[in-house]
Amino acid sequence: MTSIHPDQITAERLAGLSRGPVTALPAPGTGDGSLIDDPAVRAPLVLNNRSFKEVTDIICGYTENPPPRWWFPVFGAVSTLAGLQTLFILYLIITGIGAWGLNNQVDWAWDITNFVFWIGIGHAGTLISAILCLLKQKWRTAVNRSAEAMTIFAVVCAATFPGIHIGRQWMAWFLAPIPNYNAIWPNFRSPLLWDVFAISTYGTVSFLFWYMGMIPDLATLRDRAHQRMLKSADGPKLLPFVPIRVDAIRAFVYGLLSVGWRASSRHWHRYEAAYLVLAGISTPLVLSVHSIVSFDFATSILPGWHTTIFPPYFVAGAIFGGFAMVLLLLIPARELYPNMKDFITLRHLENMAKIILTTGMIVGFAYSMEFFIAWYGGNKYELYAFQNRAFGPYWWAYWSMISCNVLSPQVFWMRWARTSPIAIFVVSIFVTIGMWFERFVIIVTSLHRAYLPGEWGMFHPTLVDIMIFVGSFGVFLTLFLIFLRVLPVFAMAELKAVLPQASPHEHGHGDGHDHAHTGDHAKPHTHGHSKGGKH
Amino acid sequence: MSKSGRLYTTEAGVPVHGMMAEFTTPAAVYHAAEKFRDAGYTHWDVHTPFPIHGMEDAMGIKRTKLPMLIAVIGLTGAGLGLLMQWWMSAVDYPMVTQGKPFFSGQAFVPITFELGILFSAFTALIGMLAMNGLPRHHHPLLKKERFLNTSQDLFIISVEARDAKFNPDETRRLLEAAGGANIDLVEE
Repeated sequence: MTSIHPDQITAERLAGLSRGPVTALPAPGTGDGSLIDDPAVRAPLVLNNRSFKEVTDIICGYTENPPPRWWFPVFGAVSTLAGLQTLFILYLIITGIGAWGLNNQVDWAWDITNFVFWIGIGHAGTLISAILCLLKQKWRTAVNRSAEAMTIFAVVCAATFPGIHIGRQWMAWFLAPIPNYNAIWPNFRSPLLWDVFAISTYGTVSFLFWYMGMIPDLATLRDRAHQRMLKSADGPKLLPFVPIRVDAIRAFVYGLLSVGWRASSRHWHRYEAAYLVLAGISTPLVLSVHSIVSFDFATSILPGWHTTIFPPYFVAGAIFGGFAMVLLLLIPARELYPNMKDFITLRHLENMAKIILTTGMIVGFAYSMEFFIAWYGGNKYELYAFQNRAFGPYWWAYWSMISCNVLSPQVFWMRWARTSPIAIFVVSIFVTIGMWFERFVIIVTSLHRAYLPGEWGMFHPTLVDIMIFVGSFGVFLTLFLIFLRVLPVFAMAELKAVLPQASPHEHGHGDGHDHAHTGDHAKPHTHGHSKGGKH
Repeated sequence: MSKSGRLYTTEAGVPVHGMMAEFTTPAAVYHAAEKFRDAGYTHWDVHTPFPIHGMEDAMGIKRTKLPMLIAVIGLTGAGLGLLMQWWMSAVDYPMVTQGKPFFSGQAFVPITFELGILFSAFTALIGMLAMNGLPRHHHPLLKKERFLNTSQDLFIISVEARDAKFNPDETRRLLEAAGGANIDLVEE
């Protein structure tokens, strides 16, 4: 139980220097051993029979070991992009939002497109952490922490855009119901104000959920830093000339954040109750957030926006695009970080590919239903809006959207595509592009041909438009790379709880199941002796 | 170790917080917990790297009231949200907008809902920590080096000296009988 493993082979394996001992090759046709089709055998959630200690060492190692060689160059590149975004936002604030390509005809364009794009991406994280938790999908434990982090960073990117779009950015506080010198209050009947409340609640609740889930894992990092401090009086320093131990800082910061967690079962009991409640309230929350975002459009009278299909259509699209982003982050991460493939198995990727296929079909259905209703509804403005989408000046945006969102996920009907990280990565790129175009198509093609020909125009992005959008990826990736460096990337405690050896009934009570081999865990046996208090 | 009144102290005169023992598997600590529950201990705890399924039963922990608290405060938050919108739109500065009534019940639903969720989420986190007596950055157990393994892969049962049933010899015997290893005294 030392932090440096006495066994040299294991130590090398944990450091990612050598592959784990292959006890038995995965059965043919099961990929890495996780793609088991036999319903009588439960597929392992963590590969290579990892012990509790190994799981801890591997995951803590991501933050405790020096960063991988690619980390600093990539971080430098993406943080430069983030810095550029800041500069262009500054230019925009100084100049005014005319610096964007907005005009009297198209007064919402890339800014709101980017807002809806980013906020939608966040939804996959909440789906994984909340809805899959309620549905008892145990595979979520390997992806929930990073997906939740992605949610929060996506909300940060999203919130930037309406914040700078309001024109006089220094008046942003007018959005909140704060008493002001005009003695008037915000208009609570406006969907834009609902949006302010929905997004701020969503960001806050996602952050609380994420933080609460991390408390036990932060305590693990704290304890390991303490152990290293106790073990030797000397260790890596902050800087060559600053005599502060890195572990001292880690012990202090993780100690502060982990609020003195001591892994008590009495605490776990309330923690699990709070976790379940948070999952329960996040589920309607996440459905409400993108519904309210869609109200920004649906409650207006503009043809192409004024439809009742928007809330479910937006929510499905959000989950669709969000899962693509989760995969875009995790597929490279599992290639680049040692041993990450033990936790994010091919089955995890396959499950997410299935969700992409399903939500992609929902989105495709929504596209066709919009067209059907435009024709069937007999409203000529509505019909024109949709004809113009497909065959008007923005036809290329519309057909990019259709081919990326509806056609590209269809390859996931084939098993080889669902289980090939490269194929999934490529489709995820298409889906991300397609989902951006979806929002662009909805917003710009509806606005650029409104009722009167005098309202007709085109939108041409400027350099400021492009740089603020590209820069938002810089902000997103910068935050994600910092997350990979300093926080527990996997929900360690949850992962340990789904290992086969986590069951307190491992040694069986004659119920005929061999838990250790099937990957089953913690069957809620109701023994006579385990009910209630004393007897 | 000596005893004055209800307080135990070590030979060095340091007050005793309690006693702890280590277990290596979830099954071992689970069955040990059942023994302590049946022996009638009240101020004791099981420290595990992850929540063990069914440990509440093995320890005889009563169901937490936290969800009730969250429901009450969450509904209060929703009520306050509706009250705020009504007062601002219909009482303090009534103004006709979009031809809707001053109190537009349907239009006020989203913000009412969001505030209900917001209050519930804060109650879930703060309530959970408060009921657990956290944040508490110092604890006698955290001073034990071996205890620091409990957030990684070690299972520990700790018994506090303030427990009415605590007795240095008997508690140690019970820990031994339950299969605990490295039984150790925890100083305050």
